[in-house]
Amino acid sequence: MTTLHDVVGPYFGEFGGRYVPESLVAALDELDEAYKAAAVDPSFQAELAELHKTYTGRPSIITEVPRFAEHAGGARVILKREDLNHTGSHKINNVLGQALLAKRLGKTRLIAETGAGQHGVATATAAALFGMECVVYMGQVDTERQALNVARMRLLGAEVVSVATGSRTLKDAINDALRDWVASVETTHYVLGTVAGPHPFPTMVRDFHKIIGEEAREQVLALTGKLPDYITACIGGGSNAIGIFNAFLDDPSVELYGFEAGGDGIESGRHAASITLGKTGVLQGAKSYLMQDDDGQTVESHSISAGLDYPAVGPEHAWLAKIGRVHYEPITDAEAMEAFRLLTRTEGIIPAIESAHALAGAIKLGLKHGPDATILVSLSGRGDKDVASASRYFGLLEGEIVDDGAVQL
Amino acid sequence: MIDSTTSKVGAAIHARKDAGSGAVIGYLPLGFPDIQTSIDAAVTLANNGVDVLELGLPYSDPVMDGPVIQAATQRALAEGYRVRDTFPAVREIVSQVKTPVLVMTYWNPVAQFGAQRFADELSAAGGAGLITPDLIPDEGSEWMAAATAADLDRVFLAAPSSSETRLKQAVEASRGFVYTVSTMGITGARSDVDSAAATLVARLRAVGVDNACVGLGISTAQQVREVLAYADGAIIGSAFVRALAEGGLERLAAVSSDLASGSRVS
Repeated sequence: MTTLHDVVGPYFGEFGGRYVPESLVAALDELDEAYKAAAVDPSFQAELAELHKTYTGRPSIITEVPRFAEHAGGARVILKREDLNHTGSHKINNVLGQALLAKRLGKTRLIAETGAGQHGVATATAAALFGMECVVYMGQVDTERQALNVARMRLLGAEVVSVATGSRTLKDAINDALRDWVASVETTHYVLGTVAGPHPFPTMVRDFHKIIGEEAREQVLALTGKLPDYITACIGGGSNAIGIFNAFLDDPSVELYGFEAGGDGIESGRHAASITLGKTGVLQGAKSYLMQDDDGQTVESHSISAGLDYPAVGPEHAWLAKIGRVHYEPITDAEAMEAFRLLTRTEGIIPAIESAHALAGAIKLGLKHGPDATILVSLSGRGDKDVASASRYFGLLEGEIVDDGAVQL
Repeated sequence: MIDSTTSKVGAAIHARKDAGSGAVIGYLPLGFPDIQTSIDAAVTLANNGVDVLELGLPYSDPVMDGPVIQAATQRALAEGYRVRDTFPAVREIVSQVKTPVLVMTYWNPVAQFGAQRFADELSAAGGAGLITPDLIPDEGSEWMAAATAADLDRVFLAAPSSSETRLKQAVEASRGFVYTVSTMGITGARSDVDSAAATLVARLRAVGVDNACVGLGISTAQQVREVLAYADGAIIGSAFVRALAEGGLERLAAVSSDLASGSRVS
């Protein structure tokens, strides 16, 4: 029997590879070798496991949410609580792994891109923990809509560079991080925050996150006695999704759903649903699905969620879509914000707007499949960073009209 | 394999080497500040001492480019530059000057256009080949096949960090010259051209390079002179872009003559 969960790069089907300047190849080779060695090195694994246990707070719990589930067709809905990790999202899983690797490689400086700021905060945190220098590149649009995380990174001692080129969002932050890395690769490790970019990043970042699904598999089995019927996760680059999906890829009974940012709706053109569009291309080191015009110029993505506002997706997701193992669908800003409010009001859990896309997907699946279905949701991050954006969206700020509409409790 | 007998670029570089110096390779983006001016600017370089032209195809995500070239190519895109505009522009330039014309492009625009179709149209327009900054030979089989079929040059990059194996691979995959990256970094003028460049050229010679041309950071006649003391060509980009942006064709002609004087045997 072929297994899907242990496929490694550089290629996932026709996707992946290393479309990078020659200057970076030596660093990618070095990283690939160091990662392969670490992956089978018990001392590395023990050090990472200890950090997970005593620093991140793993294993993260699962929470069943029956009051929320009433709005999802009465299906059984279970959340995997990555929002409870130290620094507030799944991002820390990958960052601690890469920071340990960087230390092994003798690098003294970490750089990162960030969209919502969660990955930047996690990287700044690891840099503080390991006594390393840290520079985080963040699109100017995102520094404005995620101001709280900018302050957090600065408090942690990181330099935050506001990127004012291109669409001034995550894609442009990655461009500037790559430009930095080309010039600084001898002393610097680029902590790429998602399962995109050149090999070995998609494989390595996936492996650092697959603990999410491995824990959840055991936890859901212990709680319900069986595997979940459906798993939902939001997709920007796709790191939390690949993390929760991986342990279930070879369980044919488990249907996997990735929810992309549908923005104002696919028909509006203002979205970030690269898999739904399905156009293959090369961006930032990998061949994958990406939002582009007929000339291969990258098209600007749009999402209320800074963390999903990215015009491409990790190559393994492109492959999983192409072979039909994972379903990918768009969720609009409005659907995500409705799910955001619903979870907050029914369960007292404020999700990240990114994760709210996975919740909105769970509502759709629950309404379709009813009370017999068990749905596992990757709650990839918490919504503290989104309080200002959500308050603006719902008109809850002083001097604005309070709209207390849709959710009937 | 390097085959200078069919490479117009290789022949141009060899002509300058035979004269006791080396070639000056000039970069400017297509469509900046508009298509006609970019054509005139390329002709201006050719008429003022530049031996090989390198025309940048504007791209939305140019990760090897510094602020000067980024600003110019983003402006070209904002003005509506299309990939298909490349071929008539090249045709117009080669109708006016004998200088060979390479196109510098990131990979995705070529991939979307179709590698073979791009190669055929570029060849038909009189273009000499491509410089591909984000395509390493490992990922380049489609382009290699298309370029071979269309008899075009393919210029891959070598970096100070490249292993001997990779340098050998770059030499074998390239035709025309090997783009020798002078420093670990992106495009833009620098006060000193890194001493790493001389070391890298020597390492390329050791694995049998025909033409090693050095780029990144060259912006003065003195730097051109220094580089040509050990390399086969000196590539100048940001300094020309800045001259065009700040002083138009007149300033570009003056800067071009000045920098090219660094390649004249005294």
